[in-house]
Amino acid sequence: MTLPDLQALLFYAVAVLTGLCAIGVVVTQNIVRSAAWLLFTLGGVAGIFFFLGADFVGATQLIVYVGGTLVLVVFGVMLTAQGPFISLRTGAAEWAMSLVVGLLLFGVLAVTVAHKETWASGRAPAEKQKPMVIAEDPDSSPNSVLIGHGFLGQPIGPNKTAYLLPFEIVSVHLLVVLIGAAYLARAKRRRGAAANAADVR
Amino acid sequence: MTDLLSKLLALFLEQDTANLIAPILLAIIQGSVLVGFVALSAVFFIWLERKVAGRIQDRLGPTRVGGKFGWLQTIADGVKLLVKEDLIPADADHMLFRLGPYIAFCASFLAFLALPFGNGVVALDMNIAVFYMLAVMSAEIFGIILAGYGSGSKWSLFGGMREAAQMVSYEVPMAICVLVPVIVAGSMRLTTIANQQAGLLCNWYVFHDPFTFAAFWVYFTCATASCKRAPFDLAEAESELVAGFHTEYSGLRWSFFFMAEYASMFAVSGIAILLFCGGWNNGFFPFLPGQDLTDYLGPIAGNVINAFVFIVKCWLLVFVMMWVRWTLPRLRIDQVMETCLKYLLPISCALLLGVSLWQVAMPDIVLDYLKYLAALACVGLVLAVVFKMVARRAPLPFAGVTPLWKK
Repeated sequence: MTLPDLQALLFYAVAVLTGLCAIGVVVTQNIVRSAAWLLFTLGGVAGIFFFLGADFVGATQLIVYVGGTLVLVVFGVMLTAQGPFISLRTGAAEWAMSLVVGLLLFGVLAVTVAHKETWASGRAPAEKQKPMVIAEDPDSSPNSVLIGHGFLGQPIGPNKTAYLLPFEIVSVHLLVVLIGAAYLARAKRRRGAAANAADVR
Repeated sequence: MTDLLSKLLALFLEQDTANLIAPILLAIIQGSVLVGFVALSAVFFIWLERKVAGRIQDRLGPTRVGGKFGWLQTIADGVKLLVKEDLIPADADHMLFRLGPYIAFCASFLAFLALPFGNGVVALDMNIAVFYMLAVMSAEIFGIILAGYGSGSKWSLFGGMREAAQMVSYEVPMAICVLVPVIVAGSMRLTTIANQQAGLLCNWYVFHDPFTFAAFWVYFTCATASCKRAPFDLAEAESELVAGFHTEYSGLRWSFFFMAEYASMFAVSGIAILLFCGGWNNGFFPFLPGQDLTDYLGPIAGNVINAFVFIVKCWLLVFVMMWVRWTLPRLRIDQVMETCLKYLLPISCALLLGVSLWQVAMPDIVLDYLKYLAALACVGLVLAVVFKMVARRAPLPFAGVTPLWKK
């Protein structure tokens, strides 16, 4: 067994664990537990990013998904899981439909991955040999610097594309979302005693 | 370090096997050293906390276990926690109840993987070390939430909710304040940032410009809040919530939360020291920038002294956190959120803007020489305060009663 085999073994172990946790999200009947399984799934995905040498994306996955989105999901789930929603029982028809959709999606992904020569042909072969663990010399893989330059309009990557326009669009999008969220969460003005009684939840 | 270890192993095994085993063995060794360090630090901090609490409250703290100063008090505490009955409440969600402490501790421990104790003395020398540490410590919130919900008690749920809201909110100004020295340094790699502060005391980023100076204090405040230390410790507010999210935890599970708290205190202090206060560089020798103690004393002695300096600096910051805890009263939850969202967040945004403009618009003369003035002023201030404390003893509170410290 050589070192790349060991790295492949580790990668498959993490991938299988992530898959098992994802199955746990679907299978478990307690909704807060499925949020906990989702935490491990997202953590596993971040681990896969780290394996592929993309530390910046892995850390972003952790800070955005785990630290942000999942916290929101768990808050929402915990505070609204009352009565009939605390235990989820999926009927047989739902199982059948979701299995069909899931298998179809899996088929599409498997076919795409199997034909990767067609969509990976633009990449030079030497760049495919990304090390699966963190590089010994960290400055040799300056991916966060590259990403930063790409956002500011410098062409990066093998296809020499710049990402300034998508960056600006996403920034404006985020600003709109922030304003919308602040507006939706504002303290509502009271319009008298009747409105007071209706406001109490 | 992998090459070194594989060469060492090649003395006993073949080269191929050595190349295979070396990374695994290195990972195991680094992990064990870090876990040992975290556990020993927790042992020391628990004792220190009780002594500091005692002295600030005008009493002695533990003095019986292990001699005059109660050195072994933490061991006694640990033994007590180990032999306690492992209770899980009937209403608790078993899986989540058990899971909470481990997630909290693992999240705090993962941050240590990227924390350098010397030049190159780090488990994972990442390009984005400081970003990684912030990202991974944000997973600690989950341990709190799952513990609060899974305990099945309303005190825990309230404590967990408040705590999660507080930690999530304080991450934002904390990250922005971390960005301030990163902008000055030009890199997110903690080893590089600390190496840039080598040399004399004036090279430290805290003296670099007024925005970095302010960012140090704001970062320290946000770090204290994100570690749920007083005055932001409503998650454990004994006067209100019994014990907050860890009410139903006893014995070893509770000690995991405690270790997680002390580990993250050390980790955020470590980030503060590396970003602002020069990391492992003592501010005096060697005084030429770009040189390190390892150039003079060799790799072993130099790195040991560097690690020692770094650990002592971190312990000083943790001591300041403890000092503040036992001095200031607790803030209410609305005061906590108001501090974060109405004060610290705008301040940190202004600091970010300020440091960017400073780097771009200030003439080079100011950039180069302001730090000498700032360092001199700060050192002078500290010396003046110490001199005043030593030269004129504080008057005794009660006449005729011999104080404890006058032996």
